[in-house]
Amino acid sequence: MSLHKPYLDIPGTTIFDAEQSRKGFHLNQFCMSLMKAENRERFKANQRAYLDEWPMSEDQKQAVLTADLNRAIALGGNIYFLAKLGATHGKSFQQMAGSMTGMTEIEYRDMMIAGGRSAKGNRVIGESGDAQVNRQPQGHGTGKLLD
Amino acid sequence: MAKITASVYTSHVPAIGVALDLKKDHEPYWQPVFKGYEKSKQWMKDNKPDVIFLVYNDHATAFSLEMIPTFAIGCAESFTPADEGYGARPVPVVQGHPELAAHIAQSVIQQDFDLTIVNKMDVDHGLTVPLSLMCGDVKEWPCPVIPFAVNVVQYPVPSGQRCFNLGKALRKAIESFDKDLNVQIWGTGGMSHQLQGARAGLINLDWDKAFVERMVKNPAELATLPHIDYVREAGSEGIELVMWLIARGAMADVSDDLAKIGKAPKEIHRFHHVPASNTSVGHLILENQN
Repeated sequence: MSLHKPYLDIPGTTIFDAEQSRKGFHLNQFCMSLMKAENRERFKANQRAYLDEWPMSEDQKQAVLTADLNRAIALGGNIYFLAKLGATHGKSFQQMAGSMTGMTEIEYRDMMIAGGRSAKGNRVIGESGDAQVNRQPQGHGTGKLLD
Repeated sequence: MAKITASVYTSHVPAIGVALDLKKDHEPYWQPVFKGYEKSKQWMKDNKPDVIFLVYNDHATAFSLEMIPTFAIGCAESFTPADEGYGARPVPVVQGHPELAAHIAQSVIQQDFDLTIVNKMDVDHGLTVPLSLMCGDVKEWPCPVIPFAVNVVQYPVPSGQRCFNLGKALRKAIESFDKDLNVQIWGTGGMSHQLQGARAGLINLDWDKAFVERMVKNPAELATLPHIDYVREAGSEGIELVMWLIARGAMADVSDDLAKIGKAPKEIHRFHHVPASNTSVGHLILENQN
């Protein structure tokens, strides 16, 4: 019998469950290492060399090197771990979240000031909201945290 | 005998901490947020507790993927603000209350909740931002704090019902402590927000307002809300709101023992604001009535 996962029908959302956690263990633990200032410096000085110290997949390393948070999450990353990577690049949570929508920083900030994204049309896959797969990207951003 | 005098509920958005630390709190973007806590800061001064039991979640700070306790009680003498990647917040070290914390751990575990006892940990914005919002920029926090960390990072997180029942057990534990202490219990996190994927930025203010109304009037019914409703309606990180039910379950009008059901709490303050960074801010103060 497989586990019941009632959350798989929500658009644009990856729930960090035990399966994702297993896939992303080394990626997330790499992110944890960035909570130490000396590790942040060492990572920034040579990202590739630092990543090669971790038993991560090449896909995971590429997601980190290109600062593609959607990709990192698909590969088992969790936003609270990836936030350490964002912080190392000097980015805020708003910049991190916004990068995943395909909006520019200003487009995303303006959406939040206007009251945020509506749940309408975004509750279930197949509705017509702006988080649905057929409406990506949502703006003029690169989809990456870094330009 | 120790008693719970009040419960406080608030979002714990990290950007609020950044705004305070960088003295941006008077900027037009942030001013409405902090204005909503002015009454709360005065109330804290007028109703200073002896101990705060602070329910929050660790955001992959003290607990990496090496260990993920569902409920963890901080029993240490002190807790240092963590470096979450930006450097540590310049806020006071949090003094614990090891004696009450150990008492609560023993009592609650004997009531069949399997707490993890933590004797050393750093605390992140989940704990320090609520303290900043309620106490302002201070040299030291007004009283000892018992950190109580709930896993809401890796699914499955505890259900609302489990959290509500835990609140009841915490009340029994606190009321069985011999010393006369005035204890506040805080539930933090939420409200609607999503920090990931194409759905990032989700806000559902109507849902948030209804949640607070049910939290005040009918928490037992609110406790039955399944996880999926939080995620679908309030975003993947909106699930943090189950933590509010721990604080609410510890109030005097909630008990499985009919003889222990007291008066409904008095609502002191309620506040909503959108947005703070990615998040809908919600805040509530409830006082127990004698």
